[in-house]
Amino acid sequence: MSSTEAIVLAKTPRSRRRHPVAVWVSIALLGLVTFLAIFGNLIAPDATAQSILDSLLPPGSPGHLLGTDELGRDVLALTIAGASSALVGPVCVALGSMLLGILLGTVSGYLRGPIDFIIGRWTDLLFSLPLLLAAIVVAGVFGAGYWMTVLLLILLFSPSDIRIVRAGVMEQAARPFVEAAQMLSLSKTRIMFTQVLPNVSSLIITNSMLNVAFALVAFSSLSFLGVGVAPGTADWGRQLTDGRAIMIDNPAAVLIPALLIIGVASAANLVGDWLGQILTRTGRS
Amino acid sequence: MLVVRVLGTLGILLVLSIIVFSMLHLAPGDIVKNLLGNRPSSPEAVAAIRAQYNLDQPLYMQYLIWLGNALTGDFGQSIRLQDSVSNVIGARLGITAALSGLAFVLALVVAIPLGVQSAVRSGSWIDRFATGVGIVGLSAPTFAVGLLLLYVFAFYLPIFPVYGSGDGGLDTLWHLVLPAITLALGLGAIILKLTRTAMLRELDSDYVTFGRARGLPDRQVHMIALRNAAIPIVTGASLVLTFLVGGTVLAETTFALPGLGTLLQGSVLFKDIAVVQALTLLVAVTIATIALLADLAYIFLDPRIRAKEGAQ
Repeated sequence: MSSTEAIVLAKTPRSRRRHPVAVWVSIALLGLVTFLAIFGNLIAPDATAQSILDSLLPPGSPGHLLGTDELGRDVLALTIAGASSALVGPVCVALGSMLLGILLGTVSGYLRGPIDFIIGRWTDLLFSLPLLLAAIVVAGVFGAGYWMTVLLLILLFSPSDIRIVRAGVMEQAARPFVEAAQMLSLSKTRIMFTQVLPNVSSLIITNSMLNVAFALVAFSSLSFLGVGVAPGTADWGRQLTDGRAIMIDNPAAVLIPALLIIGVASAANLVGDWLGQILTRTGRS
Repeated sequence: MLVVRVLGTLGILLVLSIIVFSMLHLAPGDIVKNLLGNRPSSPEAVAAIRAQYNLDQPLYMQYLIWLGNALTGDFGQSIRLQDSVSNVIGARLGITAALSGLAFVLALVVAIPLGVQSAVRSGSWIDRFATGVGIVGLSAPTFAVGLLLLYVFAFYLPIFPVYGSGDGGLDTLWHLVLPAITLALGLGAIILKLTRTAMLRELDSDYVTFGRARGLPDRQVHMIALRNAAIPIVTGASLVLTFLVGGTVLAETTFALPGLGTLLQGSVLFKDIAVVQALTLLVAVTIATIALLADLAYIFLDPRIRAKEGAQ
């Protein structure tokens, strides 16, 4: 089954060595992008302002460090403004999918029985859909906007969270402390969410970080294909679509956003793996 | 077990086909207008569409007729390309198959030896290099990598052609090299990771220690371990395939290749629903079939499971 592999792939540590330097670089990059996502409006207030006179300036032109694109928009300002679109959506997707995962995964793994069966078949169905294909079709045919795409991706990302939480909860549920809690006749809800759940938190945190990386890839792919974000929005994927045609005149319009997408996704992935390693090492799971 | 597995696959395909069918009715806008596309909406044309899609029949009959036609290869007409959907798909299948095939071979040839070496010399520079490439390959979106390669190897160093699929034969193959490398990076990263994880587990096991103690050469020990590691690698095939579906759409769009991926993108943007339905169903059936075959390969590769199946 693809699901088990996905989980194995998501949580097996890549290497026994830690990568302190790479991890610090990644955290710094993520910090920078977060900063830009929050304060980008102040640094580059009119990023999407067009100016036909300044169209297609090469990098290093006066006043335009990275040049301009076909519509005369400053590439640096556009890239800075694109940080919020690149980060807000993926973080919302990771949080939403985490919430669904915690809720359905805990209930499914602790109560078992028919409810587990129904949730299990539901995740089977969602897992059998190639994520990107489903997102392209739904976002494209139904003309979904940015926030509809967020909801759609939450739905499509949730199976992996549900399965990981479920597996973790099932493992915990067999332990003596759960039996002790049952003896004290705590309610099922209380056992599930205050006793069992904290013990699988390291799995949840790790997977959410990895989800941010994959959601960023999914989001930028959708906007690259022309679905998801409205034309004219400052968005890295969108910049790549527009910049493809002007690669000779201004390579920076393509290279900078492309490197940023690759860099941020890799950084989130690396930090996710690293969190997984240190959190499991401290024995919280 | 096997029967349950096959029935489960059929069940999922059935549910998916209902979802795909309802796309026609759920898409925003008037259904007849959607189906007419740019054609003038004369009463005759509207009547023809209503008859062709059996819109006067109850919904379940519409579904059954649609499914029956789909199973016999009739997916209706593409409103964008003014041709039958099966012709449209048939004309583009070749390039997508060539692209994915080339990428798959490239990924296998590089990733499996690299994964084995990286597990055997865990912690060495080769392992760290493989891990680094793996993380980037696993996280970098196909189109971003494609555009970088396009800039470096087609604009900066004009070795490869920029866009399109060439004039057939060797020229087409030459046009497919860059897209295939792009696609192979993501594919290879998945295979590399599966191989490395599986090999590390096998190298830890008793039979490897025993083989070494008996003085078998390293090469032979690694081959035996790889044979056992093949099981998780093969069952990861569905994961690889899921990546491949999204990856080809992005790679073809990046390099403007006239394959199924660009067909899907164009049809989605044009709301050419019949084509989208056909492609979605095609992908779903392919993935389900490959996943099933991977499970069968699992039985074939692992004698323990074969024995258990036989006993039941």
